[in-house]
Amino acid sequence: MIDAKKILEIISAIAKKIEAEKNFLTQLDNEIGDGDHGINLARGFKSVEEKLPSLADKDIGAIFKGVSMQLVSTVGGASGPLYGTAFMKAGNVCKGKMELTAEEFVAAIEAAVNGVKMRGKAVEGEKTMLDALCPAYKAIKAGIDCGKNLIDALNDGVDAAAAGVEYTKTIIATKGRASYLGERSIGHQDPGATSSLFMLQTALEVLRRE
Amino acid sequence: MVGIVIASHSQKLSEGVIEVARMMAENAPLAAAGGMENGDLGTSYDKILNAIDKVYSDDGVVILADMGSAVMTAEMVLEDIEYENIKILNCPLVEGAILAAMESVEGRDLEDLAERVETAHPSKKLMDD
Ligand SMILES: Nc1ncnc2c1ncn2[C@@H]1O[C@H](COP(=O)(O)OP(=O)(O)OP(=O)(O)O)[C@@H](O)[C@H]1O
Ligand SMILES: [Mg+2]
Repeated sequence: MIDAKKILEIISAIAKKIEAEKNFLTQLDNEIGDGDHGINLARGFKSVEEKLPSLADKDIGAIFKGVSMQLVSTVGGASGPLYGTAFMKAGNVCKGKMELTAEEFVAAIEAAVNGVKMRGKAVEGEKTMLDALCPAYKAIKAGIDCGKNLIDALNDGVDAAAAGVEYTKTIIATKGRASYLGERSIGHQDPGATSSLFMLQTALEVLRRE
Repeated sequence: MVGIVIASHSQKLSEGVIEVARMMAENAPLAAAGGMENGDLGTSYDKILNAIDKVYSDDGVVILADMGSAVMTAEMVLEDIEYENIKILNCPLVEGAILAAMESVEGRDLEDLAERVETAHPSKKLMDD
């Protein structure tokens, strides 16, 4: 079970993590993009953090929706509408809920990942955040389906996302700015996949705190 | 007349595209949505929304975007406002804007304008393949 308070903690921790990794994410984006991924996301999550107090007693759907709106209106790069759509779709699934069962958590992640696919018109294997998110979702779902608790399943998800980030080093980008580099994008890890991994890692850390 | 929004990563680019489109259609309802609120490069949800507002009429609006977040952000604006008569066009930005502006002042309706701009392939610059 994850309650709304825990969700707020996770989001606040993600905001701090993104701020801490801002330069690293930006440097990754310098190599195969326009060098703003960390700056974009840090700006977005700073505004999310400022919004959090007003979401304090809201249900999880409303919290995710609030996060989405802040990201969409402040990020300024592709990760804005992409993560914005992810949180919006997760919000739809969690509408009115003050807590989530493991199954509901899986459904929220599924909706989020499908949202990114829809918004980016992208699939796994194109060197984007989906190369972290899709394997993570599959691992989490597989874990829950075979009876693991949420923390263990999420741990599998984080491992799968980390492997996905490594995988992005080996493939050519076919979506987003990095696709302009063609073969020269090989050897570099995708910034968006990396920020997705950070978000999942942070969620796991917060759930482990208890 | 169908309104035209030029959504791009840079206000200068959006205004430049409009400048060039006006060479052929001085009175076309064009609005720029370029860069972010503070002038940085990127795309702004609010700027796109405001630009739509500026040129909206019952005739509808078309949005031309440069790439990436400009397209995705425009999509999100459209999903939120739920107007049936606003469309994102699949076309090159400069040539598409010129064509759209000309068709708009001609009084072309939204569907017809969209079809003409999207099928014109105006980015082909050299005559032989
Ligand atoms: N079409 C897409 N589908 C899925 N993910 C994408 C897509 N385009 C970009 N991305 C992800 O977004 C990341 C880049 O985010 P960033 O905020 O730097 O956007 P950007 O490319 O600078 O945006 P812009 O479109 O404004 O140029 C990439 O590393 C990739 O993971
Ligand atoms: Mg970038």
